[in-house]
Amino acid sequence: MADRPRSFQEIILRLQTYWSGQGCAILQPYDMEVGAGTFHPATTLRALGDRAWAAAYVQPSRRPTDGRYGENPNRLQHYYQYQVILKPSPPDLQALYLGSLEAIGIDMANHDIRFVEDDWESPTLGAWGLGWEVWCDGMEVSQFTYFQQVGGHDCHPVSGELTYGLERLAMYVLGAEHVMEMPFNDPQSPIPLTYGDIFRQTEEEYSRHNFDAADTEKLLGDFERAEAECHALLSLPEEDPKTGKRIVLAHPAYDQCIKASHIFNLLDARGVISVTERQAYIGRVRALAKACADAFVTTDAAKAA
Amino acid sequence: MKELLIELFSEEIPARMQGKASGDLKTLVTDGLVEAGLTYASAAAFATPRRLALVIEGLSEASQESREERKGPKVGAPEKAIEGFLRSTGLTMDDLQVRPDKKGEAYFATIVTPGRGAAEIVAEVLEKTIRTFPWPKSMRWGSGSLRWVRPLHSILCVLSDEGGAEVVPLELDGLVAGDRTQGHRFMGPAAFSAQSFEDYEAKLKTARVILRPDARAEAIWHDATHLAFAKGLEVVEDNGLLAEVAGLVEWPVVLMGGIEDEFLGLPPEVLQTSMKEHQKFFSVKNPKTGRIEAWVTVANIEAEDGGAAILAGNSRVLRARLSDAKFFWDNDLREIRDRGLAGMAEGLANVTFQSKLGSQADRVARIEALARLIAPMVGAEAEQAAEAARIAKADLRSEMVGEFPELQGLMGRYYAAEGGHAPEVAAAVQEHYAPLGPSDDVPTAPVSVALALADKLDTLAGFWAIDEKPTGSKDPFALRRAALGVIRLILANDLRLPLDELIGQANRGADMADLMRFFHERLKVHLRDAGVPHDVIDACLTKESADLALVTARAKALADVLKTDDGENLVQGFKRANNILSQAEAADGVEYSFGADPKFAEEAEEKALFAALDAAEAKITPALEAEDYAAAMSAMAALRAPIDAFFEAVQVNADNQLLRRNRLNLLSRIRSVCLAAADLTRLEG
Repeated sequence: MADRPRSFQEIILRLQTYWSGQGCAILQPYDMEVGAGTFHPATTLRALGDRAWAAAYVQPSRRPTDGRYGENPNRLQHYYQYQVILKPSPPDLQALYLGSLEAIGIDMANHDIRFVEDDWESPTLGAWGLGWEVWCDGMEVSQFTYFQQVGGHDCHPVSGELTYGLERLAMYVLGAEHVMEMPFNDPQSPIPLTYGDIFRQTEEEYSRHNFDAADTEKLLGDFERAEAECHALLSLPEEDPKTGKRIVLAHPAYDQCIKASHIFNLLDARGVISVTERQAYIGRVRALAKACADAFVTTDAAKAA
Repeated sequence: MKELLIELFSEEIPARMQGKASGDLKTLVTDGLVEAGLTYASAAAFATPRRLALVIEGLSEASQESREERKGPKVGAPEKAIEGFLRSTGLTMDDLQVRPDKKGEAYFATIVTPGRGAAEIVAEVLEKTIRTFPWPKSMRWGSGSLRWVRPLHSILCVLSDEGGAEVVPLELDGLVAGDRTQGHRFMGPAAFSAQSFEDYEAKLKTARVILRPDARAEAIWHDATHLAFAKGLEVVEDNGLLAEVAGLVEWPVVLMGGIEDEFLGLPPEVLQTSMKEHQKFFSVKNPKTGRIEAWVTVANIEAEDGGAAILAGNSRVLRARLSDAKFFWDNDLREIRDRGLAGMAEGLANVTFQSKLGSQADRVARIEALARLIAPMVGAEAEQAAEAARIAKADLRSEMVGEFPELQGLMGRYYAAEGGHAPEVAAAVQEHYAPLGPSDDVPTAPVSVALALADKLDTLAGFWAIDEKPTGSKDPFALRRAALGVIRLILANDLRLPLDELIGQANRGADMADLMRFFHERLKVHLRDAGVPHDVIDACLTKESADLALVTARAKALADVLKTDDGENLVQGFKRANNILSQAEAADGVEYSFGADPKFAEEAEEKALFAALDAAEAKITPALEAEDYAAAMSAMAALRAPIDAFFEAVQVNADNQLLRRNRLNLLSRIRSVCLAAADLTRLEG
């Protein structure tokens, strides 16, 4: 690797530059707790309807059950995903993706890149697609998906979605054995910072919080409230009494869906959801996602310009 | 004669679908061509991760002209009828012929369908094939509506002969067929054109693609075994993995790496599972120690650095995986040292098995009670069966099984041995899940058999009790598999079990009669697969049959005897006797079931039948008591000749009422003697 990035942030910056160069709008992370980059409305909602779309962004993601108190070399309850969504999926999407790997210093002449079958499904979003996990020298570095359905709606046109697990990919490119030892900024900086300098303590705190401290009674109530509010927002009359305009509250309702989904993940980590209840909770979140999708497709943002 | 070459070039096709897809391509295209009137000499199809290819040789140039004659209205029929006929045939009055018909003269039309060129037919057939291709899962992409397994990028479709090659004109949702394709994604990306199959395959090879899947598999196996041999090692054979890996690469490059010493103490199955499931590595073992010490991976590229970076990357991924596995293994062993396997099992109280059936601990308690009960019936020690039951599910709480669920049972065996349990107890912990599939081995060790039966019967009776039975194609708790497992355990070990009682003991709430019916259905399916027709089983089965080994032995004996001439004809004789008797009983309103007396027998054949029935009965009754079904069935079959002779010579419905009654009572004896052996009325045909 001749042109090798030297830090985690340099990899992110190179991806931003690369996808910006490919014409994507570079968005910022969504300001809510989500389990994966797909939950960002820029993916979930924008994959619906027929308006063309191209966006890329970093999304901090939380998976409470994956917390390991910062000790496991590869597992984190809070991590970053890099997400690219192109709609309609361009015919050269695979080539564009490979270009992004080159941009972060992976030399195609010396590495073994493979597209291995992996069908993607999100039961909570009522979404599925076909694609692959991309392997680099036997390691999964990305998910590559052609969305077929989101929120119960067929995707027309189809969006191509790329998701990079940034820590894992960066550890590979930078040769780090433990995520906490990975340089976050340039190691030559006046104040060099590792990933652990930034996140070790928070991984400990959140692991304890997620597994043992989060108030389950409050969370159960929060789930009910988010669910109720989502439905309430969507059942308001479409015409806004103040402006007289048609304003459907698809995004505010979807925020409540995101909230319910994260609360469910926390409850799951706290171990208070039985196997049978699990399915019921997933079904309830899916019903919210579907209702939000139903609302979004009636709005201008879903219609071809 | 022409050669047809087709290539459908797409993004990566899942490895598991490639074999069937190339077969489907061949079948759909050749069937379509033949249906349209073309003939061909041979066809072959191939798949790589990015392409399906088909070559058809000796294809006819065009389909034959076909002529069809159609009869129209009579001469002099109303104008409208004649107009309608002309419209439907597309002909004019001048084209019609007038020929004599049954009554007068009629118009006849000859419809000629001209032959069509191969190119036109190929285009039509290929388009239909692509649009209706039976992928297990297909998708749309971009703004289009075409479906394929992954985005389809190009279609190559060329007809060639000595005179040259022509592209078949075909356009499909914006894809225009041509004669161009490309090679390996990284090593041969430049487009090239192909004039024939030979040209195509050779150019692909230059562009670093081996078209034939078997050639790729062979190359992988050859290189892998040579690499291993050079180090004094051998590759563990795995044909499923070989086929899968051959479907992941267009240009296989085999690389071998070692397993670090610190991981060599892990159970070989853990190493193998970890490497195969997650990394698609072949395991390489040391023939001297039997240990797995190295691995082989197959890359899709000839790297400039000779594969150093690829090997380093793969080693790194494997190290991370094995570190995890070792971490779990060490933690589990520590737990067993400190608290024993029974201690590990304590956590099962917190795991729900099924909301209405309680926790895994509740389930284990039920299985233990049942295993105790079954043990003496299968030659096992009750205490050992109970001990095995108590720890059978403990490994579900181990960290290793948490990470690798497919190792359940096997890890239990390792941990039971570590925990000081007897070898037969440890073996039972592993084997109690068996048999899983129809080809899975059936346990034979008594403790294993007792536990395997107890586990499955508890599941079946439990789900029956809460009314969660399989319906149609839905069987989420794999209850059909569990019932088949019980059946195979019984038959393979020739066990004599009162299944109905055991169900009652397993769960009082289960509808025993209904579950027995389910067992009988599964037994029929199982025996039918073994070549015993379902009606033969019905003939040996009653609602009360709880001893499946006996039912099976009886059905097999009956099936054997039915294959003989005597057996087959006996059934006809029996049915004749039964029909005559039933009709007479219905007509007379009485039952002829007693008192046939040889002294009223007039004809020699009638007397002989009396004697034969006495002889048969004398054999059948003790044979049935001794469960010697072959002897019982052959004694029954021996009745064929006397019964046939009887019907030949004797009229049952004689005018003499005394004779008639006696003969009907004799028929009743045929019925009762045969029915003792098997219910022949259930046989079809």
